[in-house]
Amino acid sequence: MSDDQVVAGHDVLLVGGGLAGLRAAIAVAESDPGLDVAVVSKVYPMRSHSVSAEGGAAGAIAADDTLDEHAYDTVSGSDWLGDQDAIEAFVREAPRELLRLEHWGCPWSRQPDGHVAVRAFGGMKKKRTWFAADKTGFHMLHALFQTTLKYDEVARYDEWFVTRLLVDDGRVHGVVAVELRSGRIRAITAKAVILATGGCGKVFPFTTNANINTGDGMALAYRAGAPLKDMEMVQYHPTGLPFTGILITEATRAEGGWLVNKDGYRYLQDYDLGKPTPTPELRSMELGPRDRLSQAFVHEQEKGRTVESPYGEVVHLDLRHLGAELIDSRLPFVRELCLKYERIDPVTDLIPVRPVVHYMMGGVSTDIDGATPLAGLFAAGETACVSINGANRLGSNSLPECLVFGARAGRAAAEYAAGAPALPAAIAAQVSDEVRRIEQEVMGSAPRDDSIAAIRTQMQETMEISAGIYRTGESLAKGMDTLQELQERLPKVGIRDTSHAWNTELMAALEAANMLDVAECMLASGLQREESRGAHQRTDFPARDDERFLAHQLVVRNDDGTPRVERQPVTITRWPPGERVYGR
Amino acid sequence: MDDEITLRVTRYRPDKDDEPAWQDYDVPLRTEWTVLDALNHVKDDVDTTLAFRWSCRMGICGSCGMNVDGEPRLTCATFLSDYAPGPVRVEPLGNFPVARDLVVDIDDFMRKLPQVKPWIIREEEQSVDDGEYLQTPEELDAYKQFSMCINCMLCYAACPVYGLDPDFVGPAAIALAERYDLDSRDQGARERLDVLIEHEGVYGCTFVGECTRVCPKHVDPAGAIQRYKLKTAQQSVKAFLLPRALRR
Amino acid sequence: MTDAGDQQTRLDERGGYRRPVPVLWWIRKPTYFLFVMRELSSIFVAWLVLYLLLFVRAVGRGEAAYQEFLDWAASPWLVVLNLVAFAFVLLHTITWFALTPQAMVVDLRGRRLPPAAIIGAQYAGLAVVSAFVLWLVTR
Repeated sequence: MSDDQVVAGHDVLLVGGGLAGLRAAIAVAESDPGLDVAVVSKVYPMRSHSVSAEGGAAGAIAADDTLDEHAYDTVSGSDWLGDQDAIEAFVREAPRELLRLEHWGCPWSRQPDGHVAVRAFGGMKKKRTWFAADKTGFHMLHALFQTTLKYDEVARYDEWFVTRLLVDDGRVHGVVAVELRSGRIRAITAKAVILATGGCGKVFPFTTNANINTGDGMALAYRAGAPLKDMEMVQYHPTGLPFTGILITEATRAEGGWLVNKDGYRYLQDYDLGKPTPTPELRSMELGPRDRLSQAFVHEQEKGRTVESPYGEVVHLDLRHLGAELIDSRLPFVRELCLKYERIDPVTDLIPVRPVVHYMMGGVSTDIDGATPLAGLFAAGETACVSINGANRLGSNSLPECLVFGARAGRAAAEYAAGAPALPAAIAAQVSDEVRRIEQEVMGSAPRDDSIAAIRTQMQETMEISAGIYRTGESLAKGMDTLQELQERLPKVGIRDTSHAWNTELMAALEAANMLDVAECMLASGLQREESRGAHQRTDFPARDDERFLAHQLVVRNDDGTPRVERQPVTITRWPPGERVYGR
Repeated sequence: MDDEITLRVTRYRPDKDDEPAWQDYDVPLRTEWTVLDALNHVKDDVDTTLAFRWSCRMGICGSCGMNVDGEPRLTCATFLSDYAPGPVRVEPLGNFPVARDLVVDIDDFMRKLPQVKPWIIREEEQSVDDGEYLQTPEELDAYKQFSMCINCMLCYAACPVYGLDPDFVGPAAIALAERYDLDSRDQGARERLDVLIEHEGVYGCTFVGECTRVCPKHVDPAGAIQRYKLKTAQQSVKAFLLPRALRR
Repeated sequence: MTDAGDQQTRLDERGGYRRPVPVLWWIRKPTYFLFVMRELSSIFVAWLVLYLLLFVRAVGRGEAAYQEFLDWAASPWLVVLNLVAFAFVLLHTITWFALTPQAMVVDLRGRRLPPAAIIGAQYAGLAVVSAFVLWLVTR
């Protein structure tokens, strides 16, 4: 391969520099100092969306808490779609990872005696959510990023956009990426690649996610032949601000906030989530699981009991009874966001909220060590689906998930890389091919009377209808047809920006292609799951069907580009499928 | 007719232009729109070639810093209607080289960050098996404010010292060093001092105070720097006056 | 290959467009202007120190020298200069007092002293010293 095609070679390459990616990088560096590890990210690491997580990170450390209880809460929260061996490993390692981060400087909120404090969170029977005020993700990411600066072995490619995985003979050999600053397209070879690119909320119109969450890693894996798992499982967070979709953390409810409809009535009591009490009861009412709360909103809307706002129907989150002192000490960021973006003060006003897309339970299918079936390819964090979250994720499980599986994937990738074979010659052709594709096909086509933004908006509208909180076979199938049309339109759109430097239009086109692939997988998988479980609710199949569907669904790309869906059994160890009970 | 406002935006393509130039765009004046929303409207519907950074749109990622009417601001937290009737000047973040349109090159900051050793430094590390380092809420409060920095670099854009002398370590980096110095779990103050006592370190600062004024997270980097100076002065005096045995 | 490889060298050398800083950068913003005035005020502080030393020397040299000094001090340009200097010293004092709490954090019995207390204490001190000097001069 000619020298100017490859910018460098590494042992392990992380795609994505958020919580999972950086944790994995440190795990590689620590497991074998002789290994060369690099992180490639389309944004500077401190911009990763991990930074916006607010509520907390769960780890069972309280005297009255046990690992088994955390595991059970997670298993039942997942509506029994979570793999119990992975969940058991997760709950065991979560406290250790959170402690490790504390040693690395994370400013966890404390009890008066100096020990780490824990609070209640949705779906959890005991208080086990560690928190750093209401900016937990921010503090975790910055502590972790600053700690990586200490490791000289961790190289970084900041603001490089990965467009493709290099695969030969069933093995991954690195990536092709665009350096945004200059526009040059190069291969970064590696013996092992770990995908940690976060979620894909931007395929929906209303999401807590950032502009950068376009499912890049999932699309890369899918196109390289790795399966995506449980793609129909999309979490709607019950409390996002209307218009912006900005997240109002579950911690507001953990601290005692109430959800009320237009009559000021705490409507969750009508949906088998328990009886209202003045202070929060764990696993009850406002501290129920997110899927059930979001579904309750839809029912309230159907009954005409939601509040009309300039940006659609909302309900209200009432924090007034908590008092200014508690809000300022435990929820200061929430107050700031409401004042700024809604021009209301939660101390005296009701906060308008509605369910918004927040998290992707599905993702790149991995085993308990982050390995995909494609040799040399690993994944961790929201990008991956192990699965510990199954059909519904409990709040405060995703932050420790990034650390636990980031570390596991890092160690597994390091071990793999130590014994991996050398780069095959066939890779050079793939690199040239990719360069040509971007230069000539993507950037070279003449601009038509169409736009990336129009395609993206139509995709988002389609997903809102076809993959909403409640779905039908008909809308899923119709949605797939629309996505197919959009996939045909996108390559012809043409790019007006002819500059190579910082071409954000090129980036938008590549991201749109990624999003369309991911969206297609989500609908294809949803169509095949003919039952209602957790976040996937079918009005044409309203019951949970353990006989046929106590299984993961894997979406694999056929040679002609269409998706096919296969099933994989769920690993059950100690908790046989049961009823999900909240509030009683 | 709907209300409109003119955005006067900097355009610059390094491979085609010798220097930046203005370009005007008329955008709807919606009360709920931030300057970022207006820029996205331009990018999506008017001129797809406009380049700028953004991500979280909620003031926590630090990506979208730009100079709006000459002031460094997070465009996701700056409301368009505050500038009516306009025009509003939107320029790349001040004091940094312009890479393209509204995108600046922040390599200088990324290089300085590791120099101040922003990580917990300890003589002896405790094992995770022994649990957490104890830290009372009061000890947490001692450094909490300085830990709020989102690395948006508005402070660098506002700092005239940095504008005139890019070698100055700068507000955010020094505030971060102070954050770790004040963290009760850290023992690395001496190591950071060696970096910051240089001419381009804390003593480059002349306490203009602009950094604190523009900081969207109320970190007060100016306060951090002056406190750091006071601390280093005290160390010097102690080192001079006290016999070796009594020095820390 | 038709990619941006060749352009890259040029861009690397350039390292981004550096916007020139205008010589009168400090006129552009009120806060910058105030800062530069604050820094300039130290020149006037130095002048008044010198003036005070000249005053003391004149007093020490006896009646004639003292009278000569007073005549000199009455010259219009000096009066104007001292008025301007006084204004700058006021600026110097007010800004110094206001900035002190940022530089000096005082913890008393576990609670942080509010900035107003530190600023207030300085003005109180100024008042006491001024009262004393006034008494000295007028008795």
